Amino acid sequence: MSKYNMHILVCGGTGCQSSQSDAILSNLRDEIEAKGLSDKVQVILTGCFGFCEKGPIVKIIPDNTFYTQVKPEDAQIIVEEHIIKGRKVDRLLYRNPETKDAVGDSKHMGFFKKQLRIVLRNCGFIDPENIDEYIARDGYMALGKVISEMTPQQVIQEIKDSGQRGRGGAGFPTGLKWEIASKNKSDEKYVVCNADEGDPGAFMDRSVLEGDPHSVLEAMAICGYAIGASQGLIYIRAEYPLAIHRLKIAIDQAREYGLLGNNIFGSDFSFDIKLRYGAGAFVCGEETALIHSMEGLRGEPTIKPPFPAESGFKGKPTNVNNVETLAAIPIIILKGANWYNKIGTEKSKGTKVFALAGKINNVGLIEVPMGTTLREIIFEIGGGIRDGKKFKAVQTGGPSGGCLMEKHLDTPIDFDNLVAAGSMMGSGGMIVMDEDNCMVSVAKFFLEFTVEESCGKCAPCRIGNKRLYELLNQITEGKGSMEDLDRLRNMSVVIKDSALCGLGQTSPNPVLSTLDNFMDEYVAHVKDKKCPAGKCKNLMEYYIIPENCVGCTACARICPVNAIAGERKEVHQINHDVCIKCGACKDKCKFDAIIIR
Amino acid sequence: MSQIKSLADLKKKREEIKTGLDVRIKSIDPENHVQVKVAMATCGIASGAKPIMEFFVEQLDRRNIPGVVTQTGCMGYCFAEPTVEIKLPGKDPVVFGYVDLKKADLIIEKYIKEGELIDGIIPVNYETIDSKE
Repeated sequence: MSKYNMHILVCGGTGCQSSQSDAILSNLRDEIEAKGLSDKVQVILTGCFGFCEKGPIVKIIPDNTFYTQVKPEDAQIIVEEHIIKGRKVDRLLYRNPETKDAVGDSKHMGFFKKQLRIVLRNCGFIDPENIDEYIARDGYMALGKVISEMTPQQVIQEIKDSGQRGRGGAGFPTGLKWEIASKNKSDEKYVVCNADEGDPGAFMDRSVLEGDPHSVLEAMAICGYAIGASQGLIYIRAEYPLAIHRLKIAIDQAREYGLLGNNIFGSDFSFDIKLRYGAGAFVCGEETALIHSMEGLRGEPTIKPPFPAESGFKGKPTNVNNVETLAAIPIIILKGANWYNKIGTEKSKGTKVFALAGKINNVGLIEVPMGTTLREIIFEIGGGIRDGKKFKAVQTGGPSGGCLMEKHLDTPIDFDNLVAAGSMMGSGGMIVMDEDNCMVSVAKFFLEFTVEESCGKCAPCRIGNKRLYELLNQITEGKGSMEDLDRLRNMSVVIKDSALCGLGQTSPNPVLSTLDNFMDEYVAHVKDKKCPAGKCKNLMEYYIIPENCVGCTACARICPVNAIAGERKEVHQINHDVCIKCGACKDKCKFDAIIIR
Repeated sequence: MSQIKSLADLKKKREEIKTGLDVRIKSIDPENHVQVKVAMATCGIASGAKPIMEFFVEQLDRRNIPGVVTQTGCMGYCFAEPTVEIKLPGKDPVVFGYVDLKKADLIIEKYIKEGELIDGIIPVNYETIDSKE
């Protein structure tokens, strides 16, 4: 293999790829070729760097230069200035959002400083379509180690000792799950990777599969060895075409090397992996529904027990793990349980990947040790709230989770603390909200999602959530009463207790947590018929401050329904019976004379 | 592609490939490696920085010194080109001026290997954004 002095890494995650990172890659390659540098500079496509906010990303190694928002036509200047002359291209460098100073070295970016990347260790570092690069990073060494040096029981013990808990949402101990599956005797068992990532705003599983697919394949084979399964299935939603493409390449390459297939590492252990596509139903992330969907049945959950570990796919013992859970397994085996269980908190070990979204400066994917506080994540890594607004709440755990507020900011995050605070870990979506978000509308948004995605099998989820949604809708329209708030709470509790699967049981969480933490906002909607955040259209009125209005007529001219009247150079008025509350007048007014109240 | 039939096979394969990713792996913690920065602006190249850079790349590898060789722009010492900045782990960077092949060899043998200072050092008289942080 030839030795390159410099490596240009181009982000090939879905986010950056939709902003033309393919064209950037080919332009860079052409440019390098044209300048005769092909034997000195290597240009590769990697997985996601996590800094999706400023994509597409191009990183230059060895000096760790981090270029953001690169365009295909920038390839020339990067090669001519940086690669040939050694001068960083200032205008493409990442800038500190506060000081506006260019940051030349990614090591100095607040976004990366606090992170500990275990699951994402290879994302944005290796070429996911090249198994050799994975092997160079000790890839498949863990599989080799378990097959040649460990018994299945030792493997399970190691995972148990590591204290790892499933990253799919509920936090069930991984080692225990494996142990149960291994103890159930059967002629055939299955290892299933749950890649049906359905939470709105969560994309860590996709990024791992796109950036480091082999880590998941290797972990599945390790699991197969531990529980005595010879077949693996990855259930992935068809909405993830790039992840599917890279998985297919990875599976082919692993088979070619004999790392999947018969007699792996010359032993009598055989294991192979197939893909199963899902149609993107949220409920299919629930393991029993997932298994039914793979069997060709309707994606509906069934009551547990029996757990999949006893009777899963085709009635055989089946172990279902989430992508993120699996991606950490090879490292745990290589570095040992004692290394892993030193990271994190007492009951939640290791790291967790979070997808930051919403009103935050650095939207993207991050990985931090368990026990990091929300404040560190939102304000240090996430760069704080957009446009200097005030933090109001953060929603964790997607539609199954809850909203946490200011007072929770210093809580160390782990499975148990989040539940205690009225939310949950979920898959790790984190939607940050500022003062402009109406919490009733936020609860309504998640309920709308749950109603849409409910499989309809059990009445509490099918009918109950629909009623919850209707109540919330009434409240945001100003038609709610105080009794409705009690009704909301009672019905939520009933759904929680009586729904069939985990998704139904957790679906009222957004309502309950907003009721707990933002009761005053609900009361304002119901009693004063006002939306404090000014988001609920039916509850707000646009109003012209007479002292500020100069009578320029701009608002009257922009109004699409002619609701504003007034003579030139005289104070205007809004006719509230006609106004549709579109806000066009407020945007147009140059004198801050129009307010919402 | 040949099949991997044992852990030893995999280890062998890894060693074969690893050098290809060397530069990337070192860049994770550049502080722990010898960093050589050759000034390669117009003035540097005109004074012969290119063969110096190639010499460092080749010789560090040959003499088994784990190092990262990069190029930088003009540092303003155009009078002393070619200039080379060496940053040893845990030490402040040192800039050498008037580097030719003979001096480059001396830098590797004396400074990089032994930590012994040699003639031709240009005193640091600037601050960078990095050092201000």
